[in-house]
Amino acid sequence: MNQNVWTRFDVAARNLSPFVFTLFLVIVAMVPFKVPGLSAIIPSLGLISVYFWVIHRPDLMPAWVVFLVGLIQDLLSGGQLGVGTMVLLLVWLAIAAQRRFFSTGTFMLIWAVFVLVAAGAQVLIWSFNCLIVGALLDARPLLFQYLTTVAMYPCIAWLFVQVQRGFVR
Amino acid sequence: MKKAAGPMSHIAAPVRAWAQRFAFLFLVIAAFALMLLGKADTLLVERIRAVATDAMAPILEVVSRPVDTVGDIVGEAQDLADLRADNADLRRENERLRNWQAVAQQLEAENAALRELSRLTAEPGMRFVTARVIGDPGGAFVRSVLVNAGTGDGLAKGQAAMTSDGLAGRVAEVGLRSARVLLLTDINSRVPVIVGDARDRAILAGDNTNQPKLLYLTPSSDVRPGDQVVTSGHGGVFPPGLPVGVVAQSGDLAVRVQPYVDWAHMEYVRMVDYELPGILLPATIATPRAVELPQGTQR
Repeated sequence: MNQNVWTRFDVAARNLSPFVFTLFLVIVAMVPFKVPGLSAIIPSLGLISVYFWVIHRPDLMPAWVVFLVGLIQDLLSGGQLGVGTMVLLLVWLAIAAQRRFFSTGTFMLIWAVFVLVAAGAQVLIWSFNCLIVGALLDARPLLFQYLTTVAMYPCIAWLFVQVQRGFVR
Repeated sequence: MKKAAGPMSHIAAPVRAWAQRFAFLFLVIAAFALMLLGKADTLLVERIRAVATDAMAPILEVVSRPVDTVGDIVGEAQDLADLRADNADLRRENERLRNWQAVAQQLEAENAALRELSRLTAEPGMRFVTARVIGDPGGAFVRSVLVNAGTGDGLAKGQAAMTSDGLAGRVAEVGLRSARVLLLTDINSRVPVIVGDARDRAILAGDNTNQPKLLYLTPSSDVRPGDQVVTSGHGGVFPPGLPVGVVAQSGDLAVRVQPYVDWAHMEYVRMVDYELPGILLPATIATPRAVELPQGTQR
């Protein structure tokens, strides 16, 4: 009985790790790094994380977890509420609809698709922000942010592969 | 999840698929509702944000410590290398500042005498709350930082936030132990200022670039690059005379201001508590404002 409780606890903790790591990355992206101009183009680590886990462990990154991550990110970042949440949900939908395609994908293929998905996400973020503010916003910082996000993907993915081997079973 | 076994499973699977689709739709609608809420009820959203940042502040504080430490070590190594040159510079500056001190003392005495003579209403005193920058949420459309002080430390919405260089922004949201400072460069930032020796009034408006614009300058005003920009105190929230920056470019299209603040190296900010008649001691009110103000910062 006692053994059973601990096993369950262990399984729950392991299953929680994708969410915890995603949240951790969202927070890391907010640390003041004191590098000139970095904060405007800091990679969207939350997007990378959600993309990775939805592809590799969709059971541990259901839509409601994605919603929660987006909500926390929106609340902390001070940006328009709901925009990040909506975009992450749409990314989730896009990948969930093509799950079979990814199940056989190599790393390069998954990265290539991420290049497209991230582009779509940034365009959506820009559009929603423009709609809410009611003005055409400068899209250049978003473009740079897109580039850093795409470039950062392999590093985070490598990290998560280790996490997947170590924590998640 | 335990799977329904037996003859029921072929019914349960489609039902579950429908339930999942419905749940997703519900989440999308919820996200859309959040967007509307963010647009409609800013006060409520502000409160929710304050609670969220309060909850995350301890984590951010811990995570940002090592970064600060590394930055400090690099800074100290650089300082050590520049020690001799700095020393010579400082000696020279000290000499220059001594002159300024004499001038300031003279002006202060003169100021006090003139105030007495004209019976000018005493300016309210100021109190400073210093806080550490624990978060720089970044992103393409927001310029703000999170600090580790809140209402518990005497912070209130609207207070001016300064670094040792000059005005950085204003407090936009306050939680119990954390607050968000909206920087001058944010697209939503508007600060009433006075420009140059002619003391032209204008509004300093951010547009997410590093150099905010001056709005509503009178056409006759003659603003030139190098003119000092200070807060005007109009609106009553910011004290007048806080150093903001210098005019960087002036043209027909836009007059832009280069703020004094070094955005990349904001480690501590001071919040200026301007109107606190209940807490201030009579002695602080009696002191002329000029003494406490970091005015006349020479650039």
